[in-house]
Amino acid sequence: MIVFDRVAKRYPNGREALAGVTLRVHPGEMVFLTGKSGAGKSTVLKLIALLERPTRGTVLINGRNTNTIKGRHIPTFRRHIGVVFQDHKLLADRPVYDNVALPLIVSDTPLREIDKRVRAALDQVGLLGKERMSPLELSVGEQQRVGIARAVVSKPPLLIADEPTGNLDPDLALDVMRLFRRFQEVGVTVVVATHDVHLVREFGMREIVIENGHVHGGLGDDLPSVIATR
Amino acid sequence: MSIGSYGVRHAQAFLGALGRMLRSPLASVLTLLVVAVALALPMSLKVFVANARVATGDFKDAVDLSVYLKTDVPLVKAQQLAANAQQRAGVADVTLIPADKALDEFRNYSGFGAALEVLQQNPLPHVLHVHPAADASDPAAVENLKRYFIAWPEVDLVQVDSDWVMRFNAILDVMRQVLNITAALLGVGVLAVVGNTIRLEILNRRAEIEVTKLVGGSNRFVRRPFLYTGLLYGLGGALLAWGIISLTVALLARPVGRLAQLYGSHYELAGPGREDTLLLLAGGTLLGLVGAWIAATRHLKRIEPRA
Repeated sequence: MIVFDRVAKRYPNGREALAGVTLRVHPGEMVFLTGKSGAGKSTVLKLIALLERPTRGTVLINGRNTNTIKGRHIPTFRRHIGVVFQDHKLLADRPVYDNVALPLIVSDTPLREIDKRVRAALDQVGLLGKERMSPLELSVGEQQRVGIARAVVSKPPLLIADEPTGNLDPDLALDVMRLFRRFQEVGVTVVVATHDVHLVREFGMREIVIENGHVHGGLGDDLPSVIATR
Repeated sequence: MSIGSYGVRHAQAFLGALGRMLRSPLASVLTLLVVAVALALPMSLKVFVANARVATGDFKDAVDLSVYLKTDVPLVKAQQLAANAQQRAGVADVTLIPADKALDEFRNYSGFGAALEVLQQNPLPHVLHVHPAADASDPAAVENLKRYFIAWPEVDLVQVDSDWVMRFNAILDVMRQVLNITAALLGVGVLAVVGNTIRLEILNRRAEIEVTKLVGGSNRFVRRPFLYTGLLYGLGGALLAWGIISLTVALLARPVGRLAQLYGSHYELAGPGREDTLLLLAGGTLLGLVGAWIAATRHLKRIEPRA
């Protein structure tokens, strides 16, 4: 599903976030991307969602080389990736329903279909019945779940999350991670960047560790025991 | 993507743009006013020029010549000359105004009646009033006619009555040019005003734009509501401009009517016609749309989602 082949990323300010990273995530797999803040986790996710371009190397998403995707095709490409953020990036002036419906609206989904899918997505994250509320009326945990509903509403084959539990207490964090696993169980490839090592251990999924722009466990070969638990 | 959902998207973008304008009424009204004034200025100038043309239209083919005979030419000779003039090609009609009649008229209309009593003899000459044929009333033909009459030994002076009409038309031409330049400048002004309003709105909605792009919203999708905003400002401003002009015309109608009456005319001030109204509305809408398009294309490109 995701292949990084000797990918390097140097930002305009000269900081080298990734120094020749090679990693692979199989279809339907759920992996954790761990490492200290600033180690390059976010950069990996940004390269996947085409928010950034690699300086060197190639990124393949679903068999497609992202280097060949030109600017005007990026929107269509992004519709196949669900993205969850630590600060959830909800629109505070729109009700929950509109926030979740946004990915469907931009892809010109018929109205009746939108209604069905938005309710289904909210049901999956346990927020059915809160469509008309403003995100500001919800708790932090609920806001994060709205963000997840928005990420999965268009049923993307790939879900990426950047520190999705960063603002949540341990119980809520566990809930959110269980939610991600449930999506993985129905075939979605899930990549979660987190620095919460305990949570990762608890779930026992493959862990890709990023350290100073290099990865450990990028291909899954050096952690066979973890793969076996799938 | 079906046609129906595409239409729904446009309706949503339109209603969204309208809703945002209504939510900040003061700012919207100010922008609308600026657009309206910028559109109303050249259009009212156009209406003014059109009115001036209509007002002077009566004189347009009145390129008459007044042929003043020498004072010692007797009336009989004048009548004979009038008959000769009538024969000249390009002359439609000749009226002889005898000196006595001219003096009577002058006495009645000039207000110098008492002063004229002092005169022992009539200082006015006989005058031939020559009306050129329709096909000989262009400036060159009239000039020819003038030269023909001035060559007569009995003629003292030939005056082309239409000189002032021509001058006035020349002034109108200048005004039309001024109008075109004003319209072009103010059109650019409308572009700038709408563009700047759109730019501010884009900056205000940066977060929303980023999220929309993040979930796969195309540039076209993101731009759409801003284009509708521009269109609404353009159309709204044009409607307001039409209102301003119509009100102005209504306010001026009575005083102008009175003025015309004093000049013995039944002239009535006309507002912007159907064609001008259409031009105003279409022009305003187009300017708003183009202004929004320029601003949106420029600024939206710079907003990319940050993770």
